[in-house]
Amino acid sequence: MKLLVAVKRVVDFNVKVRVKADKSGVETANVKMSMNPFDEIAVEEAVRMKEAGVASEIVAVSLGVAQCQETIRTALAMGADRGILVQTDAELQPLAVAKLLKAVIEKEQPKLVILGKQAIDDDCNQTGQMLAALLGWAQGTFASKVKVEGEQLLVTREVDGGLETVRLKLPAVVTTDLRLNEPRYASLPNIMKAKKKPIDTLTPEALGVDVTPRLVTLKVEEPPKRQAGKKVGSVQELLDKLRNEARVI
Amino acid sequence: MPLLSRRDLDFLLFEWLDVERLPRRERYAEHSRETFDAILDLSARLAEERFLTHYKKADREEPVLRDGAVRVIPEIREAVAAYAQAGLLAAPFDAALGGAQLPHVVHTASMAHFMAANVATAAYPMLTAANARLIAAFGTPSQIAAFVGPQLEGRYLGTMCLSEPQAGSSLADITTRAVPDGEDALGRRYRLSGSKMWISGGDHDLSENIVHLVLAKAPGPDGRLIPGTKGISLFIVPKFLPAGSEAPGARNDVTVAGLNHKMGYRGTTNCLLNLGEGVAHRPLGSAGAVGWLVGEAGAGLALMFHMMNEARIAVGLGAAMLGYRGYLLSLEYARQRPQGRPLAAKDPAAPPVPIIRHPDVKRMLLAQKAYAEGALALLLYCARLVDEELTAQTEAERRNASALLGLLTPVAKTWPSEWGLAANDLAIQVHGGYGYTRDFDVEQLYRDNRLNPIHEGTTGIQALDLLGRKILRDRGEAFARLREEVARTEAAAAADPALAGFRQQLASAWDRLGRVAQDLVELGGDERALWNATAYLSAFGHAVVGWIWLGQARRASASLAAAGKDEAFYRGKLRACRYFFEYEMPKIGSWLDVVASLTDVAAGMPDESF
Repeated sequence: MKLLVAVKRVVDFNVKVRVKADKSGVETANVKMSMNPFDEIAVEEAVRMKEAGVASEIVAVSLGVAQCQETIRTALAMGADRGILVQTDAELQPLAVAKLLKAVIEKEQPKLVILGKQAIDDDCNQTGQMLAALLGWAQGTFASKVKVEGEQLLVTREVDGGLETVRLKLPAVVTTDLRLNEPRYASLPNIMKAKKKPIDTLTPEALGVDVTPRLVTLKVEEPPKRQAGKKVGSVQELLDKLRNEARVI
Repeated sequence: MPLLSRRDLDFLLFEWLDVERLPRRERYAEHSRETFDAILDLSARLAEERFLTHYKKADREEPVLRDGAVRVIPEIREAVAAYAQAGLLAAPFDAALGGAQLPHVVHTASMAHFMAANVATAAYPMLTAANARLIAAFGTPSQIAAFVGPQLEGRYLGTMCLSEPQAGSSLADITTRAVPDGEDALGRRYRLSGSKMWISGGDHDLSENIVHLVLAKAPGPDGRLIPGTKGISLFIVPKFLPAGSEAPGARNDVTVAGLNHKMGYRGTTNCLLNLGEGVAHRPLGSAGAVGWLVGEAGAGLALMFHMMNEARIAVGLGAAMLGYRGYLLSLEYARQRPQGRPLAAKDPAAPPVPIIRHPDVKRMLLAQKAYAEGALALLLYCARLVDEELTAQTEAERRNASALLGLLTPVAKTWPSEWGLAANDLAIQVHGGYGYTRDFDVEQLYRDNRLNPIHEGTTGIQALDLLGRKILRDRGEAFARLREEVARTEAAAAADPALAGFRQQLASAWDRLGRVAQDLVELGGDERALWNATAYLSAFGHAVVGWIWLGQARRASASLAAAGKDEAFYRGKLRACRYFFEYEMPKIGSWLDVVASLTDVAAGMPDESF
């Protein structure tokens, strides 16, 4: 079974993000970038399936600027077999990503696509669902356990009330939650091997996908600074402040 | 918070030391900037997620000795295993041994992360790699197969056993006996008996086996040990006899007599080992620790120095990184801690400012930056010399690198140990009372770092090595080579008017250092030359780091002019260089005054007058 995993290049989770001076977005110049942690879980799951003999080949796909190659290399060092970069400098919103992935999937014909449930930069949590809908495939989102049974897939999902297990027909789209697995470190020998694995480069134009953003970002702001607390002298004063300053009652 | 500044590391490796050129050499041809970046990313992550996480716990929960075996917290085992599984233990070794032929300078930069995160846990892989390298260099093929492979996989961990309870710095006085016991597939076999003290990693539950490299003396024909260092041989003494021996898996006659309870570095077990007690374990049916001779009999100390020199540089790296982490922690604290108002502020109701706004706090931070970044740069330079020693194009270049490395080793060990510790002292000071509590990491950094001027040769021993062996006995030959390197940096800085003052200051410090050394050479073996050797080492160390700082400043100045971005970073480098030349370089003169005067103030002090 061929697997496809989507990996996104994001600001590293350790970096304290800063808003650009013109409020058009988040500062990414000279900032450490790495693979979206949910996507690492996706790669790890795919590699485990291959190690278990369930999967035969893993293709890692990333979309965006040329440096996304580094993110693909990380996936290759973790155990993916080859990479595809859909290269563009354009802003990519979830719908465009889903359409591009669909185009790649139509070429590659994988049986299973695994993605992170969301990316830690925009927290959209939309791409996997959109992709499944566009493909007309089954979807198992927020997976904390995935098991292949013949032509079917058992996915345990983390839902508000607890865990829900669904049975999907393959081909399918799975998005990963945090508890699915603990991703491995890419070892030095595998980093060296990854250098020799192929990465193909495509473009949105070649795939015939219009990636024009449908949404406009008006402005990005830092969350308001937390104000220092105040001690109140009496319940009356507290009620007064809640009513007239905080205006919550 | 990061363990070190990756921006600084990238600057040192790729702007200052030109490491990107190394893959042009055959040995490193499989590598590229891309793999170097990936390895540094991996190191940062592994260090933060597996080493830093038990930094305090390993200090709080010391190793214990129970039923004759030493136990450590499980996190150390997981960390060491993760390090080995990531391929980092084997990284710099030859491909034939399963290594990745990673340049030493990149491996050192990788190791810097682990030292910063948890120096005590990092000691296990550090010692193991040095042990394996010695056996790989001087062992027989069967010894290499039995011990190097398993060490590089992390299944066996290594130690070095030199000191004894009565003989530490003075190895000539060791009394561990090695009696010939025939020959087997692993070479000339001996039975060892004696006690070995201060053995880091001497026992633990981290690995299948422990490979001790032991110095011992074989008795002469009269049955007596040969006095002095000439009688010393080197033996491999594993805790369990390995595959390839006559009794694989048999417990060797090595027992833990006790654990040392240390001020810091507590995650590294430190043991008194007894060899050849013959009570609990009798391998191959008789008493005596089974050991195999490495190299020639009587050449033990020279071979051990192969490992010792590597360990000394690693000690310097650990000291540098403890200083570095304290710097970053106190920097963050100073940016967040509001206290007091600017000196000129008149309004007592104005809000307090972060303490980083106070000039004296800035001074303490700048001093730490100058010490920590200077020390790391020095260690990376030395690691680069190891690469030159191994892969430079001509024999002359390789020999030059060896000579420089030999001369710089006592400095690479001592300077970071002394000044990294001074940086940790300032890190506590910046934290004020909080720094003196165990709620913050800086007190532990200080305690951990306090070992570094002691082990692998104390500062006093390093001073004798530098002045006695590396300068006087060498008659200044290696010194002259280093002076040429310094002159090259001076010449390169000459074009930059902003650096002219530093250049002159550096040149005059080095000229005086050379004159004083020459005067001491001319004393012709008079012991007065060594009376104030430590002051000479202090002066020499500062002059070396001044040179390292001028080199960094020149690079920063050029990059600043060319790139036009990252201005704050480069200005920080230039400022730290300026700090070093304004605050630190003047100390050289007073140290050299003492040396040049041949004063007997300390050496001549009568014992009874203390």
